Amino acid sequence: MYQYYAKWIREGKLKVNSDWNKDLKIKFTVQDPCQIVRKSYGDEVADDLRYVVKSIVGEENFIDMTPNKSNNYCCGGGGGALQSGYKEQRLQYGIVKDKQIKVTKADYCIAACHNCHAQIHELSEHYGGNYSVVHLWTLICLSLGILGENERAYLGDDLKEVAVYGA
Amino acid sequence: MAEEAIKLGGKRKSIFMDKVKKLLPDGGNLNLCLTCGTCSSGCPATGLENMDPRKFLRMAALGMDEELTSTPWVWMCTMCYRCVYACPMQIDIPALVYEARASWPRETRPKGIVGSCDMALRNESCSAMGTPPDDFVFVVEDVLEEYRETQPDFKDMEAPIDKKGAYFFLNQNSREPVTEPDEMVPLWKILHTVGADWTYGSKGWAGENYCMFLADNDSWEKIVKTSINTAKELGCRVFLNTE
Repeated sequence: MYQYYAKWIREGKLKVNSDWNKDLKIKFTVQDPCQIVRKSYGDEVADDLRYVVKSIVGEENFIDMTPNKSNNYCCGGGGGALQSGYKEQRLQYGIVKDKQIKVTKADYCIAACHNCHAQIHELSEHYGGNYSVVHLWTLICLSLGILGENERAYLGDDLKEVAVYGA
Repeated sequence: MAEEAIKLGGKRKSIFMDKVKKLLPDGGNLNLCLTCGTCSSGCPATGLENMDPRKFLRMAALGMDEELTSTPWVWMCTMCYRCVYACPMQIDIPALVYEARASWPRETRPKGIVGSCDMALRNESCSAMGTPPDDFVFVVEDVLEEYRETQPDFKDMEAPIDKKGAYFFLNQNSREPVTEPDEMVPLWKILHTVGADWTYGSKGWAGENYCMFLADNDSWEKIVKTSINTAKELGCRVFLNTE
């Protein structure tokens, strides 16, 4: 999916921009899903992912985690862990990821993978990180001015009323 | 005078590791471990159940099959492959973990994963939430109609199901249609905006595959085949995994 988002932005089919965040300066970091990056397409797709993210939130508002791309840490939500019943251990596993996100001081972690999204969301709540977790599609539509008020389940209060379609 | 070297007696004990080696290209490099510990130092699962990737591999090399095939750690490791990426010898420890999962009698594997796999086998949606094809089609059509009516720029937006000859076959995680249907819409809007020719399938639409995590190979394959065959029958060119 990320390759196509990047392609469509490069081709001018998705006319995204980061003007909405010029004054807000809301900070974002991004999770590299293990399956898509390390296990499938490598750093190239991680670069596409960053190209998309920077295009929609502004380069100055993106903070990368360390380590990242193919060397990134798994969030702990993959491999069936969300349904394995070992919740305490899963949250213990996620400490590494939670700390990595907190160090970036980002307001949002973009998780364009359902396992990552669910796990990181839980990590933020469990360890009191107060960072929101959001799909990429939400931010792409926000930046295009086509995100309605009912499509904002994962946006924090800071973005609930920004560039609402039809408002 | 130096003491006489210790001689190792008896036959090699390990059966499990030998079995796994046969399954993997180059034997998964399982016998190339330098014991450096790079795997364990960068593994978030290190320390859970008093286990870590190096220890797991050493236990395999020592033939401690009973311990390997009974530790619940194999369900805590997410098989993320960071250990392989970091390993100077590219040793496939996650494949060892996978086979250890597969060695558990199915009914003793984690209930949640078994349940999600069994749900997916209930009907041709292959959804871990058990949602039948008709329900999926209904939700998609219902949500689409609502957005077409209320958002004028999207009055022509489509969310096709089983559209023959579509370029993209898009799958869908069950979470959205079942619990938060509005979350399907942003992606539809993106596809509409770029003019993508896409379709869902009424069969094999679900993107998740817990049978794979369960290490149930036959069911894993069945689910993948359902999706792929649907995409092929429709004549789609690109199988597009959702976010």
